Amino acid sequence: MSNHLLSLAIWLPIAAGVIVLLTGSDRNAPLARMLALVGALAGFLVTIPLWAAFDPAYVGMQFVEFSNWIPRFDINYHLGVDGISMLFVILNAFVTVIVVIAGWEVIGKKVAQYNAAFLIMSGLMNGIFASLDGVLFYVFFEASLIPMYLIIGVWGGPNRVYAAFKFFLYTLFGSLLFLLALIYLFVHSGTFSILDWHQLSIPLGAQIWIFLAFLIAFAVKVPMWPVHTWLPDAHVEAPTGGSIVLAAIALKLGAYGFIRFSLPIAPDASHQLSGLIIALSLIAVVYIGFVALVQADMKKLVAYSSIAHMGFVTLGFFMFSALGVEGALVQMISHGFVSGAMFFCIGVMYDRVHSRQIADYGGVVNTMPKFAALFMLFSMANAGLPATSGFVGEFMVILGAVKFNFWIAFAAATSLILGAAYSLWMYKRVIFGEVANPHVAELSDINKREFLILGALALCTLWMGLYPQPFTDVMHTSVNELINHVNTPKIQ
Amino acid sequence: MDMQDKLNLYLLVPLAPLFGAIIAGLFCRVIPRWVAHTVAIAGVAAAFVASVLIFQDVQAGHTFNGPVYTWLTSGNYKFEVGFQIDALTTTMMLVVTFVSLMVHIYTIGYMQDDPGYNRFFSYISLFTFSMLMLVMANNFMQLFFGWEAVGLVSYLLIGFWYTRPTAIFANLKAFLVNRVGDFGFLLGIGLVLAHFGSLDYATVFAKAPELATATINLWGDQQWSLMTVICICLFIGAMGKSAQVPLHVWLPDSMEGPTPISALIHAATMVTAGIFMVSRMSPLFELSTTALSFVIVIGAITALFMGFLGIIQNDIKRVVAYSTLSQLGYMTVALGASAYSVAIFHLMTHAFFKALLFLAAGSVIIGMHHDQDIRNMGGLRKYMPITWITSLVGSLALIGTPFMAGFYSKDSIIEAAKLSTIPGAGFAYIAVLAGVFVTAFYSFRMYFLVFHGKERFGKAHDEHHGHDAHADSHDHHGLAPGQKPHETPWVVTLPLVLLAIPSVFIGYIGIGPMLAGDYFAGAIHVDAAAHPGLAHFVEEFHGAAAMGVHALTQPPFWLAFAGVALAWFFYMKRPDIPAAIARRCSAIYTLLDNKYYFDKFNEVVFAGGARLVGKGLWRGGDVGVIDGLIVNGSAKLVGWIAAIVRLFQTGYVYHYAFTMIIGVFVLMTLWMNRA
Repeated sequence: MSNHLLSLAIWLPIAAGVIVLLTGSDRNAPLARMLALVGALAGFLVTIPLWAAFDPAYVGMQFVEFSNWIPRFDINYHLGVDGISMLFVILNAFVTVIVVIAGWEVIGKKVAQYNAAFLIMSGLMNGIFASLDGVLFYVFFEASLIPMYLIIGVWGGPNRVYAAFKFFLYTLFGSLLFLLALIYLFVHSGTFSILDWHQLSIPLGAQIWIFLAFLIAFAVKVPMWPVHTWLPDAHVEAPTGGSIVLAAIALKLGAYGFIRFSLPIAPDASHQLSGLIIALSLIAVVYIGFVALVQADMKKLVAYSSIAHMGFVTLGFFMFSALGVEGALVQMISHGFVSGAMFFCIGVMYDRVHSRQIADYGGVVNTMPKFAALFMLFSMANAGLPATSGFVGEFMVILGAVKFNFWIAFAAATSLILGAAYSLWMYKRVIFGEVANPHVAELSDINKREFLILGALALCTLWMGLYPQPFTDVMHTSVNELINHVNTPKIQ
Repeated sequence: MDMQDKLNLYLLVPLAPLFGAIIAGLFCRVIPRWVAHTVAIAGVAAAFVASVLIFQDVQAGHTFNGPVYTWLTSGNYKFEVGFQIDALTTTMMLVVTFVSLMVHIYTIGYMQDDPGYNRFFSYISLFTFSMLMLVMANNFMQLFFGWEAVGLVSYLLIGFWYTRPTAIFANLKAFLVNRVGDFGFLLGIGLVLAHFGSLDYATVFAKAPELATATINLWGDQQWSLMTVICICLFIGAMGKSAQVPLHVWLPDSMEGPTPISALIHAATMVTAGIFMVSRMSPLFELSTTALSFVIVIGAITALFMGFLGIIQNDIKRVVAYSTLSQLGYMTVALGASAYSVAIFHLMTHAFFKALLFLAAGSVIIGMHHDQDIRNMGGLRKYMPITWITSLVGSLALIGTPFMAGFYSKDSIIEAAKLSTIPGAGFAYIAVLAGVFVTAFYSFRMYFLVFHGKERFGKAHDEHHGHDAHADSHDHHGLAPGQKPHETPWVVTLPLVLLAIPSVFIGYIGIGPMLAGDYFAGAIHVDAAAHPGLAHFVEEFHGAAAMGVHALTQPPFWLAFAGVALAWFFYMKRPDIPAAIARRCSAIYTLLDNKYYFDKFNEVVFAGGARLVGKGLWRGGDVGVIDGLIVNGSAKLVGWIAAIVRLFQTGYVYHYAFTMIIGVFVLMTLWMNRA
């Protein structure tokens, strides 16, 4: 059983999704919801042993599964996780439970299909994090686009078709170059094994081309400036659950790609082009920070702040130090909790008022005090306040950056001011003040279901802020291995 | 006590208030008020008692430095949560828990009509926890944690009355200005980690002398002293938290919060965190005379120029707020003069008499039914005798009346500035000396206007609304015609009396051991060879009594006396003179009234500028170039090409036939020409 944990983590949610789909029309919506919740919870439970039975000292992949798929091209069903990917499988399964509960009363049409899309996407994304074969990875990577495309296109807002197309084309464009790079690597090595590619000696010129092809694919996903403009549109049009998964998990796929493909396969090119990535990361932090400040739409604001926070992730990776890489990984997990919670908070207000415009709110605290308190916590976490998870990653990356180059740290640390400015200015305009209009006056405070979600995310945020050690403990071996690997030249 | 018992006692100090905060906060809607305030007060009282025990233990020579738990490890770095317990820590712990306890008791009376009663107790207990974590830290990470946590609580409390536009503007401003300071602070911490390889105080301080001459290359080929850069970065953090020019702008606005927190957070404790931090970092600051010069000049500017602003304020809390700014400047001057122990000494005396003045101001505000304009007061001594006497004690202590608390600490600062030899010390000496006169003048201007002279209250004054009342509880501010002020209940006056006692005696008792003795030995490091000022001061010190007698013939005493006399003459004898001066010197008056235009500058340049940049980048960059030109542009290009290509695919056979004929004709022409 424990040998097939990863397969279970992938196929259990997908199977559950198919079963949910079989319930058919909305007449069976309650059954569909219940089945979806059971499926999501089961999917979450099977991932817990991954952490419990994980050996933090072991170098290499754990929970490995291997069977032949297309022997002629040495394509295999090869799964495994290390200290880097393991936490994301669990995070993904956890977030799936959250989104199923988040859509409970809110989604009224095509309930079965909605829940099935999330369950299937959850399984596919677990496949991405667990794949050790290039083709397998690519199949999961591409397949995960489809449910998200449908979620935005079917359950989205008024401009959903534009947003869904933009999302799909942007990411597909990136993936094509990624496929080319995979084929080149196969031709060069005769295998699709990612771990074998890590050991492959490639001349610098080829490394740079491979790196650039990877970069375009992953930069779109992260997203990095200047290929980020699909994200605000996608978030604005996506339903709340879609935004949560998009921010909490989908954005991590690009960052994960950097750490599984770009850095270990093209280490010398990574060093050569680190200046470019760092520059783009800092632009994301500073430029996007300013852009977030002036947004009138709450979802757009949080979407832009997501881009700024992901800037810390790419910055952390390309300083090639343990503090930087672990800080970036911590930031990714924390961002999963915090941005997911922020989008859920906006969803809570949207469900009641049907507006995401900051100007349509004001004085929400008067009618929703419990909500205001929790939203305050997440806004502060978004602004990187110590004792919340939002602080830990930024703190580590900034400290790592000072050692790397003072001025890079200087630019990155402006997020301390900008993050507080856009998060708290929005909070002030939405939550504080006198009751601004009759809609706000009629608001009812969060119900038990909403409280459950926000409470769970609040506990995660505080836990990771007060005691991040358990999260980084499992990373150390893998991260040190990665850094040693990246700092060893591959070209003779 | 064995080690584990001791550690448990240390843990009790911050955790007891935290427990109170959690109970009062999480259950604020279900528990009755008496439960909330009992739990909160019990928590802080427990912390105070434990602090006293720890203080005695440290006096007996038992200091402590050790971890509680490992927060994070990464690479070669280890970040821990831990405590450093020495004389500096215990001094701060006693000040924080004592003032906090007084404020907790006072709050029962002050907030009795407020619907947010339980929430308020939760916040002030949370503050006490955060502040204790800050002062008890044995490393920079935890220091930063406490540093930002007190900022958070300050934010929550300034905006406590969250329906008021001014309050929610002030709290955002306070948080952002503090974040600017924290920006520098975090970079300083980053430099410490990068060059020392650790964030533990003990490790860093032990390694500091080795790196005294180290340089770093920040710009071009210029080499900067590492210590100077680190210390200035750290001090930028202190400038934010301790409201030094130009990051002082948030403190006057923070008076939008309820008065008890103005006393606790914005006078006695949180704003002194920067002073504490620099004293804690004395082994680093001692290695950079440049940084110390920077510190002393900033402090001197704050001490003098913020004092001027106190002269023209008419809101009772704002007078005290500018006085706090000025006194924080005095402490900073002491830091710059390498007289860290003097700074902490003034921090301590100031905590008592300034908390007293704020709480007394709050008592006046209650008595005046939430009118804060001192022009509407006068003659209150008849109606509020306890508030009157305690205010007088606080004011006398503040202006440095010989033998009172403020005298010993402030005169020591003036002496330290005089004896300091670093660049900037001359200016600082003049500033702190002139500041004595200014302090005495504005303090007694307020005192006379409030407690003496004609009774000016009881008129309907619609245009001068007070700022310190909740809309629900007081629809009309101020006293109705014929109504008289009244003395406040015992929960308000008891803290005043308990704070008045140390405001009189703590200086006399404290100066011997804290400045001349070895009270701070091991906690504060002064390089006596490079900065001998304090050592000279100690040589000339012959006991507290002698110092008080000697001062009667010295300039500070006469300057203070002149300030009081002038205030009496202007506001008791000839009230027409100040008005005439304001008219005559309207340019200066306007400058002061606009607080040197710092607020306007920040609003236009920083707040307005940031929005402008954001709009420009968004409209120009994201919407214009990236989406407009590249993304939608390439989509349009595809559509445009397709539109043209489509023209060739009409579906009519004769079009295709015609095209074919032209093609054949062209090909044949080419073929024939070739042949």
